[in-house]
Amino acid sequence: MNEILKINHLKKTYHTLEKETVAVKDFSMSLEEGEFIAIVGPSGCGKSTILSILSGLEEKTDGDIFLRDKQIGYMLQTDALFDWLTILDNCLLGLKIKGELTEEKKEYVIALLKKYGLGDFLNSYPNHLSGGMRQRVALIRTLSIKPDILLMDEPFSALDYQSRLTISDDVYNILKEEKKSLIMVTHDIAEAISICSKVIVLSERPCTIKKVFPIHLTNGSTPIENRKTPEFPIYYDQIWKEIDYEP
Amino acid sequence: MSREQKNYLKKRKRKKLLIVSLQIFLLLFLLGLWQIAANQEWINTFIFSSPNRVIKTILNLHQDGTLYHHIWVTFYETILSFLIGTLLGILIATILWWFDVLAKVLDPYFTVLNSLPKVALGPIILIWFGANIRSIIFMAVLISIVVTILNIYQGFQNVDPQKIKLMKSFRAKKWQICMYLVFPSNFQTIMATLKLNISMCLIGVIMGEFLVSKEGIGYLIMYGSQVFNLNLVISGIALLSIMATFLYLLIQCLEKFFVKKN
Ligand SMILES: Nc1ncnc2c1ncn2[C@@H]1O[C@H](COP(=O)(O)OP(=O)(O)O)[C@@H](O)[C@H]1O
Ligand SMILES: [Mg+2]
Repeated sequence: MNEILKINHLKKTYHTLEKETVAVKDFSMSLEEGEFIAIVGPSGCGKSTILSILSGLEEKTDGDIFLRDKQIGYMLQTDALFDWLTILDNCLLGLKIKGELTEEKKEYVIALLKKYGLGDFLNSYPNHLSGGMRQRVALIRTLSIKPDILLMDEPFSALDYQSRLTISDDVYNILKEEKKSLIMVTHDIAEAISICSKVIVLSERPCTIKKVFPIHLTNGSTPIENRKTPEFPIYYDQIWKEIDYEP
Repeated sequence: MSREQKNYLKKRKRKKLLIVSLQIFLLLFLLGLWQIAANQEWINTFIFSSPNRVIKTILNLHQDGTLYHHIWVTFYETILSFLIGTLLGILIATILWWFDVLAKVLDPYFTVLNSLPKVALGPIILIWFGANIRSIIFMAVLISIVVTILNIYQGFQNVDPQKIKLMKSFRAKKWQICMYLVFPSNFQTIMATLKLNISMCLIGVIMGEFLVSKEGIGYLIMYGSQVFNLNLVISGIALLSIMATFLYLLIQCLEKFFVKKN
């Protein structure tokens, strides 16, 4: 397998007037091409911080990040769609900012939208869309710049349970089909196990890696199907204990 | 369309018609009452005038041709100061958003300037700029611009941080964040400020005309009060009410135009 991202002993300290917060103490991981990795951990432990550093929104305090000439796409916790732009224009935003808005790339984005069930909504505005559809638009907006690695920060936490299940399947299929790699932060253990092939459990803040669970499911396929495999509840139990029950 | 829907629409229409007719009726009633009170000498028409006299005064102004000149002068001054105040205000708000240190430095000055009654500066303005249109424009701009800057700057600051994060994740430059996010997401704020601004400018212009006392509706009112011609004063006020309404409608049309364009 081909390693495309490596993080060694990442550290991040925030400074504010009141105090100094060590958000990430020591975090290392590596990501291979096409691999899906989930990061789970208690809230406030520094998960979003790790993604922000990877995407260049925050400076790291210490440690090394090796990125092999790969483009990173960051999907935020909220869909952050601009309600004054059409669905298509929302999805073209990244290209427009980068000054790479060519006819060809526009066609690519339109094709993506059509392929993933948004063809009828190219010229609609975001407030006409359901939560799940908005999330799909946000994903395609991220995909528009053809990233190799996707970072997702609790991407479905705003949705109801039913939509979460469907959209996990959608996203999984889209990412597998477009041959992307994924690092996903979530507090939903079931989501982590059903989508990813590796689950990293973080400790309380300042976060370090507590345990890494490689996930092997017999007859694994899409996230919804994965939830029905015999190993699923066992992993769930193990990870749940790892996060919650520590004195 | 179902019958229920039709009935509902009809009902709504009838209600709206009722409200408008009551509004007109109220106006006519008050005017009529005023006229009757004047005819019956319940009120002293020398001080309180009457609708009849107001109409006559305006007709006189129309006949000697000065009416349109005064209206035009006030209108022109208001629009000019509105344009200057709005554009300059948006520009300054943008600069403050861009350089947040500057915004922090200037913050106490804006607070003072905002609470200072600008009329107090009238005499100085008159001395600095002279008794001419420049004083009037300066006065009106001064009154409208501080509120413009504060309102719009606050709107700029309230932009959703997640959306800014999104822009940054695409490596957007500051001017791109400004053009693609900050301006469009503040369309409502800007429109609300424009509506406020146009009436502020009219206030400023009338105050300026009081001071400068050369031409315009403010001058008519001032002059009328000096020669104790209350007919003229009240005619001036009537003209002002009409102009204020007209200007408000103008901004509303502007808003509709922009909404449609988007
Ligand atoms: N910009 C910042 N300035 C100061 N402290 C921050 C900042 N961002 C996050 N933190 C702090 O760092 C810690 C980790 O935050 P975060 O990475 O958002 O956690 P998580 O995503 O796991 O919930 C929290 O205690 C938070 O208060
Ligand atoms: Mg978070």
